[in-house]
Amino acid sequence: MSNKILSVRGLSRIHGEQCPLCISSTGPEHDTNMCSHCGSVVAAHDVNFDLYRGEILGIIGESGSGKSSTVKMLYFDDMPTAGSATFYDGDVQHDMFALNAAQQRSMRNKRFGMVYQNPHLGLNFQISAGGNIAERLLMSDLRHYVEIRTRAGDLLARTEVSRARMDQNPKTFSGGMQQRVQIAKALATQPPLLFLDEVTTGLDLSVQAAILDLILEIQHELGTAMIVVTHDLGVIRLLAGRTLVMKHGRVIESGLTDQILEDPQHAYTQRLVASAL
Amino acid sequence: MNTAILDIHNYAKTFRLHERNKLIPSASHVNLSVYPGKLTALIGPTGAGKSSVLKGVYRTYLPSAGHILFRTAAGEIIDLAHADEHRMLELRKTEIGFVTQFLHCLPRKSALDVVAEPLFARGVPTEEARGRAADLLAQLAVPAHLWNVPPATFSGGEKQRVNLARGLIAQPRLLLLDEPTASLDPATTERVVAHIESLKETGIAMLAIFHHPDLVKRLADDVIELSPPITIVEPAEETV
Repeated sequence: MSNKILSVRGLSRIHGEQCPLCISSTGPEHDTNMCSHCGSVVAAHDVNFDLYRGEILGIIGESGSGKSSTVKMLYFDDMPTAGSATFYDGDVQHDMFALNAAQQRSMRNKRFGMVYQNPHLGLNFQISAGGNIAERLLMSDLRHYVEIRTRAGDLLARTEVSRARMDQNPKTFSGGMQQRVQIAKALATQPPLLFLDEVTTGLDLSVQAAILDLILEIQHELGTAMIVVTHDLGVIRLLAGRTLVMKHGRVIESGLTDQILEDPQHAYTQRLVASAL
Repeated sequence: MNTAILDIHNYAKTFRLHERNKLIPSASHVNLSVYPGKLTALIGPTGAGKSSVLKGVYRTYLPSAGHILFRTAAGEIIDLAHADEHRMLELRKTEIGFVTQFLHCLPRKSALDVVAEPLFARGVPTEEARGRAADLLAQLAVPAHLWNVPPATFSGGEKQRVNLARGLIAQPRLLLLDEPTASLDPATTERVVAHIESLKETGIAMLAIFHHPDLVKRLADDVIELSPPITIVEPAEETV
């Protein structure tokens, strides 16, 4: 069965000069991700997972657990210090970190989408909402003005941003609307793989719910595979079929989401679940 | 004699609570088989591990010991205690259904969509899925004026029927039922009983917990009595 879309093996990122003791002196059992010998930070170490087509995988953990570092590497925002990732695009396999910069840019623009917690990372605030989407459509070889404009309008309408606001700058939008524009932009090229990094953090509850509903609808309609990074158990429960739990740069456990929530194995996960509201 | 769809050998579940440094036994020494078109009932006092068995089969709990052998539609035997997570998700989608005691659903989704959800997940077109959900809700006597309302405001019995409809709609080959009639009035209970009987006739295998001994007598082809569990940990874990 080749349902796989992404296969991640031994993915690691260490910030700093690294010494032979970095790995053995960090992690949950040492309660830190900073090496006491050389001061390097082990942002992520030995992350392994497979993602299937149309699947939503959750990565949960607190700040500094390595959850965002992991998706940043997969979206080429950052380069790993070790490990590999294979992207299965139709019949073609790509060894992601062996690609050259141009190939990585192309994969990122055409085959992946990213929605950041901070809209300033995902959107260009110098241009209009429609312009933001057009920018991405242009990168994916769509050239015709009317076509681009129509498609941008359709995407905004799909994410429930009024077409009337298409030519306005996202600066003037509410936080929830900015996230919708980011989602529309990420979906512009109909990528088979979407990364969502704390997309509802900091939004009002009602706005959070609407955004999460939208994400689920999109997953149903388009069968987009997603990696959802969050510190919120509610988001995981709602969206993810499987979940990885990270702490101090390590994956401490993984499983079906209902199993992680009802029968957590690791002491940290048990505390996390017990502290849910 | 037809072949079992599910064979459980020495299932045990023990929770390890790190914070309190405690082992809590939830089920042990469970052995049973479930056959197509038959219902196996689990009985025993509270705490004997009845729900724990169902959750172990569905992999909401990671079994501590034992084997849970499931025969797939394709005839393959899979040990659910160790099956790959993707495989497990696939089986949940297509072959194994679970009707839990309580309805967990989004407060903003209509009853119809809550019931149709397993069909959406299988890629059935929206209108067709809603149509089948409506048929099932009608069969279970959920009043039509409630179909487009989120179940949050429903009575216990109405919620229970929505829950049951959701568990049944995808017509799993193995159905796990955790007190499906717990909060129902006698008339509705009769409807559910009739429905379960018709499901048996279609060949669905069921592993069930019933609140009432009377229902066990009426519906069960096989009865398994569980005794209070003892702590079981895998040998490998004991040495840690």
